[in-house]
Amino acid sequence: MSVMIREFRATYAFVERNANMVKRYWTWELVWMVYSIANSLSVSFIGLGMEQLGGGQNVDGRYLVLYLVVGTLVWRYLSLIFYWITEVISIERWEGTIEYTLMAPIRRITHMAGQTLFAVVYSLLFTAVILLVTVVLFHIDLSNANLAGGTVMLLAGSLSFIGVGVMGSVLPLLFPERGAQMTHVIIAMLLLVSGVYYPIDVLPTMLQKLAVVSPATYVLDGTRQALLAGTPTRELWPFIWPTLVMGLIAIPLGLWVFGQAERYAKRTGKLHRNG
Amino acid sequence: MSDAIIVHEAYKQFGKTAAPRWKHLFHGKNGSGSSPDLAEKSGAQENSSKGIVVALDRISVSIREGEIFGVLGPNGSGKSTLIRLIATLLLPDGGSIEVFGYDVVRQPVQVQRLINRVSVEASFFKKLSPMENLVYGARLYGMEGRETRKRVVEILTRLGLEERSIYKPMEEMSRGMQQKVAIARALLSQPRLLLLDEPTTGLDPRSRREVQAVVRELNRDFGVTILLTTHDMLEAESLCERIAIIDGGKIVALDTPSALKRLIPRNGHEPTLEDVFLELTGKKLVKEDEEG
Repeated sequence: MSVMIREFRATYAFVERNANMVKRYWTWELVWMVYSIANSLSVSFIGLGMEQLGGGQNVDGRYLVLYLVVGTLVWRYLSLIFYWITEVISIERWEGTIEYTLMAPIRRITHMAGQTLFAVVYSLLFTAVILLVTVVLFHIDLSNANLAGGTVMLLAGSLSFIGVGVMGSVLPLLFPERGAQMTHVIIAMLLLVSGVYYPIDVLPTMLQKLAVVSPATYVLDGTRQALLAGTPTRELWPFIWPTLVMGLIAIPLGLWVFGQAERYAKRTGKLHRNG
Repeated sequence: MSDAIIVHEAYKQFGKTAAPRWKHLFHGKNGSGSSPDLAEKSGAQENSSKGIVVALDRISVSIREGEIFGVLGPNGSGKSTLIRLIATLLLPDGGSIEVFGYDVVRQPVQVQRLINRVSVEASFFKKLSPMENLVYGARLYGMEGRETRKRVVEILTRLGLEERSIYKPMEEMSRGMQQKVAIARALLSQPRLLLLDEPTTGLDPRSRREVQAVVRELNRDFGVTILLTTHDMLEAESLCERIAIIDGGKIVALDTPSALKRLIPRNGHEPTLEDVFLELTGKKLVKEDEEG
């Protein structure tokens, strides 16, 4: 059997398994969807609230709503990818299957590719549903928006978040009891510095410097350009290339970090412990 | 007959972070990334005072291809550690382990293709059905979906599961049934070496016999080499050609069941394997109790 076919089947194993998990946990998925929609709407209503609080002067409520909607959607998408990938270990620790998966004759890149493929498709569909509800509720006019450009930005940004997610997934490997909770720190730091709900100009200088190395900063800026200003896709290149470069660095680095952590876990016997 | 497994001076300890990287500069590197000198310098006695648990203390053993080899030992004696080292789930701190000529540290993927494992806990995605779990497991070994589904039904019905239960969530199944699914998962990949870590613990007598029958059949009909750890002396005696008794991370006896029974005095009756086990692994406890 060719190596390619074997690795492809192993990649598909993770996609199919996760799809089956979503199907079996459909009530949880429903609850999560309602929570995510409510969350996105709550943030977006701040835009209209600001218009009222500001007395309607110098505050464009509709623009603010759009600004926040894009922020919540992009953030929902990127954080979903991050969490699906970091769960590559924690979900298996929870179920007790981690030893069986890690003793299977597959490369770790194949393992991660399967989890990533599912994460991207799931996150795109999930975000699309939230976008639909938001558009209907706020009567958002997307006729001038460059939706294709926005999708390209999200896909380009996925790469770097995949790398960050793979790095984050070592925490549940190294810290069986609290590793999964520790991954929240990474996402919280990215949320703080990337300008999800505000322009990064309002941040202190030190945090602005951190924003430069956050891939989410470029994804958010590019997506806002595409959806709010209708910027053509080819003009989004200044936002696309930094995320691609970060992805090209973050993915191999993430795999290397994961490899080291796996080796450490096998030396110290941390694979077996259930957290 | 060639060897399926060669364990040479395997050493594993827990409770302390392995040697830091900078030490490799001075001591060199073995396959596991730890200093080979470590195993030689550290005896179990010396380490216990530093909070280190020596799980395997320079064990050497060869298991022949096509053999059913048993490992007996009290809880914490190192049986599961040995299985995990062979299964590439742990890295040794010293010594080497080869499976069909492949080194478990340097060639883990080649080893993984030839082995599978059933542990005492039937670990599955509990919300998924046996079919979903087994197809997932089989795909990891490069198997194709349609053919796998057919084989899953064949194997599970052969193991006594009703066909309708194959599509229900695992959480609705008894532990015995889950263990049979675990055995089916291991069989699907057609391993040359099957590692059975207390596979019948907690099963009712009927399920235990069914599992034992499958083990015999696999070995007899397909020549699968089997390494079995168990607390069931009768099971070990009836299944295994040779048995190693491990205590405190060391092999204290290794021979055929009948030869092991000749190791201890008759005391008016034919010694059982349990008598041998207690004699060889119980002395230390009795002695410690007396001293305490």
